[in-house]
Amino acid sequence: MVLDGAMGTMIQRHKFTEEDFRGERFKDWPSPLQGNNDLLSLTQPDTIADIHRQYFAAGADIVETNTFSSTTIGMADYGMQELVYDLNYESAKLAKEVAAEFNAKEPHKPRFVAGSIGPTTKTASMSPDVNDPGFRAISFDQLRAAYKQQVEALLDGGCDILLVETVFDTLNAKAALFAIEEVKEERNLGVPIMVSGTITDASGRTLSGQTAEAFLISISHIPMLSVGLNCALGASQLVPHLEVLCAKSEHAVSAHPNAGLPNAFGEYDETPEQMASQIKEYAEKKLVNIVGGCCGTTPEHIKAMVDIVKDYSPRQIQTLIPIS
Amino acid sequence: MGYTEQKNGDRYLKLSGLEPLVVTPESNFVNVGERTNVAGSKRFLRLIKEEKFEEALDIAREQVEAGAQILDVNMDDGLLDGVKAMVQFLNLIVSEPDIARVPIMIDSSKWEIIEAGLQVVQGKCVVNSISLKEGEEEFIEHAKLIRRYGAAVIVMAFDEVGQADTYERRIEISKRSYDILVDQVGFPPEDIIFDLNVFPVATGMDEHKLNALDFIRATAWVKENLPYCSVSGGVSNVSFSFRGNNPVREAMHSVFLYHAIKAGMNMGIVNPSMLEVYDDIPKDLLEHVEDVILNRREDATERLLDFAESVVGKAKENKVDLSWREEPLQNRITRALVKGIDQYVVEDVEEARLSVAAPIQVIEGHLMTGMNVVGDLFQSGKMFLPQVVKSARVMKKAVAYLLPFIEEEKLKNPLPEGEESAAGKILMATVKGDVHDIGKNIVSVVLACNNYEIVDLGVMVPPEKIINVAKEEKVDIIGLSGLITPSLDEMVFLAKEMERQNFTVPLLIGGATTSKAHTAVKIDPQYKNAVVHVNDASRAVTVVGDLLQKESASNYKESIKMDYAEFRESFLKRGRRREYIKLEDARANKYQVDWEKSQIIKPNKLGIQLIENMDLRELVPFIDWSPFFRSWELHGRYPNILEDEVVGQQAKELFADAKVMLKKILDENLFQAKGIFGLFPANTVNDDDIELTHNGEKTYFRTLRQQSKKYKDRPNLALADFIAPKDSGITDYVGCFCVSAGFGSDELANSYRDNLDDYNSILVKALADRFAEAFAEYLHLEVRKVHWGYASEEALDNEELIKEEYKGIRPAPGYPACPDHLEKLTIWELLQVEEKIGVQLTDSLAMWPAASVSGYYFGNEEARYFGLGKIKEDQVADFAARKDIPLEEASKWLAPNIADD
Repeated sequence: MVLDGAMGTMIQRHKFTEEDFRGERFKDWPSPLQGNNDLLSLTQPDTIADIHRQYFAAGADIVETNTFSSTTIGMADYGMQELVYDLNYESAKLAKEVAAEFNAKEPHKPRFVAGSIGPTTKTASMSPDVNDPGFRAISFDQLRAAYKQQVEALLDGGCDILLVETVFDTLNAKAALFAIEEVKEERNLGVPIMVSGTITDASGRTLSGQTAEAFLISISHIPMLSVGLNCALGASQLVPHLEVLCAKSEHAVSAHPNAGLPNAFGEYDETPEQMASQIKEYAEKKLVNIVGGCCGTTPEHIKAMVDIVKDYSPRQIQTLIPIS
Repeated sequence: MGYTEQKNGDRYLKLSGLEPLVVTPESNFVNVGERTNVAGSKRFLRLIKEEKFEEALDIAREQVEAGAQILDVNMDDGLLDGVKAMVQFLNLIVSEPDIARVPIMIDSSKWEIIEAGLQVVQGKCVVNSISLKEGEEEFIEHAKLIRRYGAAVIVMAFDEVGQADTYERRIEISKRSYDILVDQVGFPPEDIIFDLNVFPVATGMDEHKLNALDFIRATAWVKENLPYCSVSGGVSNVSFSFRGNNPVREAMHSVFLYHAIKAGMNMGIVNPSMLEVYDDIPKDLLEHVEDVILNRREDATERLLDFAESVVGKAKENKVDLSWREEPLQNRITRALVKGIDQYVVEDVEEARLSVAAPIQVIEGHLMTGMNVVGDLFQSGKMFLPQVVKSARVMKKAVAYLLPFIEEEKLKNPLPEGEESAAGKILMATVKGDVHDIGKNIVSVVLACNNYEIVDLGVMVPPEKIINVAKEEKVDIIGLSGLITPSLDEMVFLAKEMERQNFTVPLLIGGATTSKAHTAVKIDPQYKNAVVHVNDASRAVTVVGDLLQKESASNYKESIKMDYAEFRESFLKRGRRREYIKLEDARANKYQVDWEKSQIIKPNKLGIQLIENMDLRELVPFIDWSPFFRSWELHGRYPNILEDEVVGQQAKELFADAKVMLKKILDENLFQAKGIFGLFPANTVNDDDIELTHNGEKTYFRTLRQQSKKYKDRPNLALADFIAPKDSGITDYVGCFCVSAGFGSDELANSYRDNLDDYNSILVKALADRFAEAFAEYLHLEVRKVHWGYASEEALDNEELIKEEYKGIRPAPGYPACPDHLEKLTIWELLQVEEKIGVQLTDSLAMWPAASVSGYYFGNEEARYFGLGKIKEDQVADFAARKDIPLEEASKWLAPNIADD
């Protein structure tokens, strides 16, 4: 399976102005809105739909909704906490509509929508104040409540999958997963869940200090479709950590790396061909079941990946022995 | 590497901290660290109550370092806010990567505490515990939530009827709990850990006879019939009826574990120091204990009780029983060394000397054999520091007796060039400008006990002397010690100098102000060869042993070098995340006292007062004994430490020796205590300076301000914030003082040392330090109640004084709130300290005599202690300008507090 590439990179190409971000609906909003990419689902829905379309056209099986920051915590920067439901609902609906177009055209290749659930801007197991390591800027319960709102709206909008991604603090992810389990129970749903962590640097650990295996163990209580890694590193740097997940995980493994490491200007410059050759290594080693792209990737990158992986079979998934 | 290696998924208990812990059938017994439990550790409870979290974290760290694979945290105490304490402590633990690498066991009988704990830990924890005690409904509800939080669970064998105390009840409750969890809740069976209740045996009551055996049998049943789950328990319960008889208890624990582990118990709480090696249990004791644990005879309990009395009896009689004098020579010498009895050692050593060809063989043979036993006991935690120092006293006495014979022998048969008898030669020195040497002396003594030759250069040793002596004596290791921050630079300088002069010997760093971080970041890069930070005596022995081990030393040194390089890298990386703000912004975010409302009281007597001859007897009630025990590496709070299960006996003996010494000092007037203090009208000017007036002259205390970026609403503190600013129009007051109890202490300590009695020498110095602190506490009280008088109503006992429950603070230059030692010069000039009471300042601004305390007095109710943290170059420049000293000089003194980037 192939996931889509970056949303932000594609949005940047449009060089939207403050006015574009505001659109008609928010022209009098008191705080600046430029940079609130998730808002574009409401103010520039055609552009967002078009980006989804380009990724599906490139061969992606799954696209992510434009909701990475759509929680009350992320939207507090813009004073838009009240809009969280709309943002998630509309984004999900938008992506589902595009998926429906493709499903009508190519019924043999079903397309899916994954609701993107980002890490928020706060960490539940680290202190922002170095002099006060016991301090926390956010609690588990606050996160859980925020995530629950997001999850409910994403599901109302029709998401097929929920993707908890860019996990740099496992406790935040556990709060998101807790919220998802609550909603699943309340609605008696079995929506598939993907979780994707972020190894921040060469230390091979998440920002909150866990190794890939410790991260895996910490979230394995939830029935997951897949567990994987995304962001921070390029495809080649991810290999050793994916090998750990590949060996230890009972779930599918996903990877959506960045287009290399950022250059001196903070840009990602790995070409589709370069990245695809790395993905080929994944495929040859049978490391993953799902690939895609994070920062710096484009439909061209995804196309190149699709062309590579179509000739390979995915990683095999081990299952638990049932208890007699 | 790939998925195929793992067959079809393994249902193992998998836990995580920052790192994974996977419990497989091949894993060794998983040991749970339990000292971070307020119900089980008085010391931990006290630290939590007093909010001394740093020390509480040290307990957690010690556990992990000692090999605990899971850390049990329990805050169930009637006087604690359990939820708050649990959250606070876990939040701090997860900020310490060396502790947080292991999984946490959240231990409470209250669900709200468990849930609060589950909400702050990112890794997969263990909940300790749930049970059917309150019925199925609650059991299911809690299990579901635990699952959702992603934790494993300990299930107690407890139901609505009560605790399982028979084989049948244990399996009945386990089976029922398991079925509910697995079938109804969907709990993964590998995440279930049963605690099958370890109960005491040999209580004298018939119904307790089967307690251990039933546990072991139930364990086997559970492992066989309830797939994938684990079995745990608290082992020490089993021997409860033999409290006070450790040899028997240790044997009981080992026997119990031996059988329970065979039956499938794979996890538990065991105090490693209360465990005998199964194979080392004397045959007769083993038989008696096994009879009891496995209930092999009707009269097993009576027989063990009788037998135990003889074990205790032996231990008790040792002190007066001289039957050991009848034993073979080596046994007598070993015993004298282990027990620290010097009475007969000369006699025995003479006998040994006559039995060997050369007198040196007594040292290498008889004495080293004995000291090796001491070393092993100390390493394994079966002897404590004061005992070891007493052993050293015996050793020194023996060696002193032998020396003349050895010299004589040398004249007759000179040793071939380069042959050394000692295991290695170690130079020890307290660096230039520093006068503190208790720790260094202890490390020296302990190393000497381990057959290393010590070249002790004493205190205030200039670097050129260290270098020269090291060359002349061809030492194998150089050890540096220091207590005050400027000593850190001396150590860096010495490392550079060693590098320049192509030294290759390892460098050891120790002392209160040193740290692994400073050693790794500042000292290690200066010297190509090994640099090791060593902060306690027992570690010193292992490190020195590894460094001088001929076969493996080069590997060890390499690994040390790499370890420090890695540590440095990760430390610097961490440092980069810190953010600082400009001095002007920090000043804008100062702490605001509401001066309109703040109560300011004019001192009853302004100006300077001298106390020329303080009566030491008045100070005795003010002594805080806890640090005294700490300086001997006995950890615990006085007076509870005297009853401590582990160190209590040793603490009692040490305390008795201290009392004897104290009486001698008082009766013979061996120490003199003097003090001087002043109280002055003062105001804060230019944000950070305190301007005070004395005899019409102005003096300025220059304070430093926190510069790290604060989370909202938290101020950037400076001590100046606690004094009313001049523009408020209010007259405020400040004080400063210096007290010393050290006059006479060096002479007394040295006289013991010269008589080869390091034990009493160290005791004297430790007491002098206590007197100085007591004097500072006493004087502060007098100032609050009488001289300044702002707290004339105050009525606090010594306990409360030690907890600093009073109003106002007395921060000392060189300590966290005001790390700048230069301010001492201002105090010395203002109070004429040296002229009036004779306390001098060294090059590094350490006080001499060492047993001295100086500081400021702040009387404001809102004044509190804080840590300055790191500051930036802009403040250093500003500080230099304010003090009118060159920038380089300011940078040098403030170096430990300047943020690197």
